[in-house]
Amino acid sequence: MSDDLLGLLLKALGETIKMVAISGSIAFAIGLPMGIILVVTKKNHIIECPKLNKVLGTIVNAVRSLPSIILIVILLPLSRVVVGTTLGMKAAIVPLSIGAAPFLARIIETAIEEVEWGKIEAAQSMGAKPFEIITKVLIPEALPALVRGATIAIISIIELTAIAGAIGAGGLGSLAIRFGYQRFRTDIMIATVITLIILVQSIQFIGDFTSKYINKKRYKFD
Amino acid sequence: MITIKNLTKSFKTAEGESEVLKNINLKIEKGDIFGIIGFSGAGKSTMIRCLNRLEEPTSGNIIIGDKDITALNKRELREVRKKIGIIFQQFNLFDSMTVFENVAFSLKVAGYPKEKIKSRVHEILDLVELTDKIQAYPAQLSGGQKQRVGIARALANEPDVLLSDEATSALDPQTTYSILELLKNINNKLKITIVLITHELDVVKYICNNMAVIEHGEIVESGTTDSVFLNPKSDTAKKFVSILNNFSSQGTYSGGDGI
Repeated sequence: MSDDLLGLLLKALGETIKMVAISGSIAFAIGLPMGIILVVTKKNHIIECPKLNKVLGTIVNAVRSLPSIILIVILLPLSRVVVGTTLGMKAAIVPLSIGAAPFLARIIETAIEEVEWGKIEAAQSMGAKPFEIITKVLIPEALPALVRGATIAIISIIELTAIAGAIGAGGLGSLAIRFGYQRFRTDIMIATVITLIILVQSIQFIGDFTSKYINKKRYKFD
Repeated sequence: MITIKNLTKSFKTAEGESEVLKNINLKIEKGDIFGIIGFSGAGKSTMIRCLNRLEEPTSGNIIIGDKDITALNKRELREVRKKIGIIFQQFNLFDSMTVFENVAFSLKVAGYPKEKIKSRVHEILDLVELTDKIQAYPAQLSGGQKQRVGIARALANEPDVLLSDEATSALDPQTTYSILELLKNINNKLKITIVLITHELDVVKYICNNMAVIEHGEIVESGTTDSVFLNPKSDTAKKFVSILNNFSSQGTYSGGDGI
């Protein structure tokens, strides 16, 4: 592998990691409250509000029904408003965050819903406020499932960055398309693919490890 | 202490309204251990859950101390609940928290002074004899130990009433005996009013001073435990007593050697 190729690859990897970290954080900041609201506003839940639940559920489904590439293109004008450009990594962060947030919201919803109702009732019977139940019971109890869900979400954001790369967002996706595909540089294509595999494997490993660590701490037997 | 007046509860089902509790009237004295017994589906669980409104009554009044529980708004209800402890059949402990944190949770929610939480948790765990498990997680405890944590958590904020929703039904006879012994002890020491529901007559016989029998959502009989045992009037009570008599020759915890 030439220095030139290595340089390209490292730069692209850095861009991908940066894109995933920033858009993942934003998506999580939007998706976590959304996922929780999707659970607690259900009928007979702690902050019952079926109308809000319905509206939010519909929005989530609507965004999720668009193919990623279309979503990214549609949201580019928004990128111009928010970050002032429709090109490059900065521009990609806006559609990536918005595209991933509803997906995260559903994953978080599923994880939170797994918490047994009896635990919520126990907290209610002690006089806990809904907000206390969310922060002190639902999130900690669902933590191992939340970590596993976040892992899936991060990996799917990597996938999204590759698609965004096709329209000039930078990162490994860009590298693969512009050099590997358009310039017939098979070596670059292979290097990119291997880098992506290693990246995804590492994230999955960290996610599994963290989730297992939490479970082990809670369920170890002396 | 607790007065239940004309309590009814109905659920909407596909076939229309189903009345689970019909015109329940009961009076429970302060410091009493009061048992409500019934077969599965009689409505006993719904009834005890109405007392802290985990289940919303359809009509009627429930007066605990000087407060009509049914008239409270959400905020007032939360305040009152801090003084009504409840323990569950499935314990409902928080798996993410240690024994200490489980008990401290109820104190934090109640706004207990921070500097006193630690000493209060130790004190109450001492009462339920679980100080050696203070840093354990619920998954590391036996059923009986879990229920002890449940009791500690329910009692931490010094409630006036303790509700027990089939608290011993998931436990083996020996453990049931030790938990009942603990409840008796607590009632004695703290003078707390205990209301329990169960489908095991043994439980009632062992710790309740007064009892009521519930059948198809109605209280069919009530009085002192001794009087109901000696002279059961309702079908349910007769059935329970005859079951107990058949079994007692084999010896359960009445007269057993304890643990």
